[in-house]
Amino acid sequence: MQYMLLIYNDPAVEPAYGTPEFGEMMGGFAAANARMQADGVLRGGEGLKGVETATSLRIRGGKVETMDGPFAETREHLGGYYVVDVPDLDAALRYAALLPVAHFGTIEVRPLMDYNPAG
Amino acid sequence: MTVPGPAGAIAVTRALDRVMRDDRGRLLAVLAAGLRDLGLAEEVLQEAAVSALSHWGRSGLPDRPAGWLLQVARRKAIDRLRGAARDGRKARALAVLAADEAAPDRDAIPDERLRLIFACCHPALEPKSRVALTLRTVCGLGTPEIARAFFDAEPTMGQRISRAKARIAAAGIPFAVPDAEAWAERLDAVLTTVYLIFTTGYVAGPDEPRDLCREAEFLMRLIDRLRPDDPEIEGALAMMLLTGARRAARIGPDGAALPPGEQDRGLWDGARIAEGRTILSRAVERRRPGPFQIKAAIADCQMADPAPDWPQIAALYGALLRHEPTAVVRLNAAVAIAEAGDPARGLAIVATLGDALSGYQPWHAAHAALLAMTGDITGARAAYRHAIATAPTPAEARFLERRLEALTEGPRSPSPPSEA
Repeated sequence: MQYMLLIYNDPAVEPAYGTPEFGEMMGGFAAANARMQADGVLRGGEGLKGVETATSLRIRGGKVETMDGPFAETREHLGGYYVVDVPDLDAALRYAALLPVAHFGTIEVRPLMDYNPAG
Repeated sequence: MTVPGPAGAIAVTRALDRVMRDDRGRLLAVLAAGLRDLGLAEEVLQEAAVSALSHWGRSGLPDRPAGWLLQVARRKAIDRLRGAARDGRKARALAVLAADEAAPDRDAIPDERLRLIFACCHPALEPKSRVALTLRTVCGLGTPEIARAFFDAEPTMGQRISRAKARIAAAGIPFAVPDAEAWAERLDAVLTTVYLIFTTGYVAGPDEPRDLCREAEFLMRLIDRLRPDDPEIEGALAMMLLTGARRAARIGPDGAALPPGEQDRGLWDGARIAEGRTILSRAVERRRPGPFQIKAAIADCQMADPAPDWPQIAALYGALLRHEPTAVVRLNAAVAIAEAGDPARGLAIVATLGDALSGYQPWHAAHAALLAMTGDITGARAAYRHAIATAPTPAEARFLERRLEALTEGPRSPSPPSEA
């Protein structure tokens, strides 16, 4: 099954750029990447720029409404994601626990929809 | 072989009932592990049972009824999966089913119930759903029985169970015994679920049509048999036996709940106590301590002769705090310290927990008891009144009312109001 690991965290508690903690976090990501690649489970993943760069759009009554800001104003923001292909939830949770943000933010683990690729 | 005919039809129905009662959990576990879908496993097993009624009625009982049901259920699953749209998961399930069909020892049904239990008690499910699903699939309880045990409406509980089954399939919760890395955490979820079943039955009493204490004991013994020599499983089983041994004595003749130290020891179940102690000492000798072993030892010390061994209980709560540093464990530790001879220190600890536990009725009951022990009768009276007003059962309320009445009669040294 493919799972998306959605990385949520509060920018206020995230280690600041240039501090030793920031280096430790980046090292943690590098180690997690290496492990997922070595295990052959990594299907993709990206980091996102901050929510202050987000633009939201919706169409209501045929009219496009464009807004400055993220979809929802929350303390914890979506900061990036991984997609892993693993046998089950337990395996997906093991990879989620490798992500350094799990120590101060939250990793949401969700199965990808199966669009029936074989049929 | 049974002869067809009306008498045969009754025999067939009885035989099917018996197989479904004795072997349903096993059959479901094997099917679910192969299909990775509990809902589908239940459906095809039910369809196989319907087929059995007509087939067995015509051709007589098969030699191995459970093996027959498993084989037919597998074929029905294969038909369904072939008919449905294909994806990777279904293809995998089909391959597993085909391999099982071809297996040489088709009659020996492996016991996969531990895998089923770990799936039903997965931490990705809500605790209440874990309980309901385990009772439904492993113990074979009906939805109405489970709903009654939790004072839920039947449709509500039915929805909860089907949502949980759907979630297992959709989220990809495996039917697998976890590896060493995850073992301790996942086992704790399983043992806690079974213990929750036990306490639900313990509070409700043995008069329900399906006694949940018995179901919990069945589950714990099954887990111990399928995974022998694990000290925490043994500890949980010992704790259940030692606590269950006091069941007939926990309510006094006037309907008041009694702590172990005030119970009629003649009503304790000696055989259960002996078995619990034997299992606990076997667990402790393995030298891998854990919270369930400590809780079992506390239950044991509550029954020391001639009175609870409070200094030892206080020491054990101190050890438990290292595993479970929670406010509730701290509260129990404080009560034990007070009972062991230092009420002032116990009360000081209880006072520090007031903010964390202000909505927790046992805190008010313990606070009242410790205020009384330290001579603050006015404070004790107010705390007892609050504890009585929020008591979870009439038996608890009655116990506390008796304590409150006793306060006016002069100084005494009350025991804690609830079991540890």
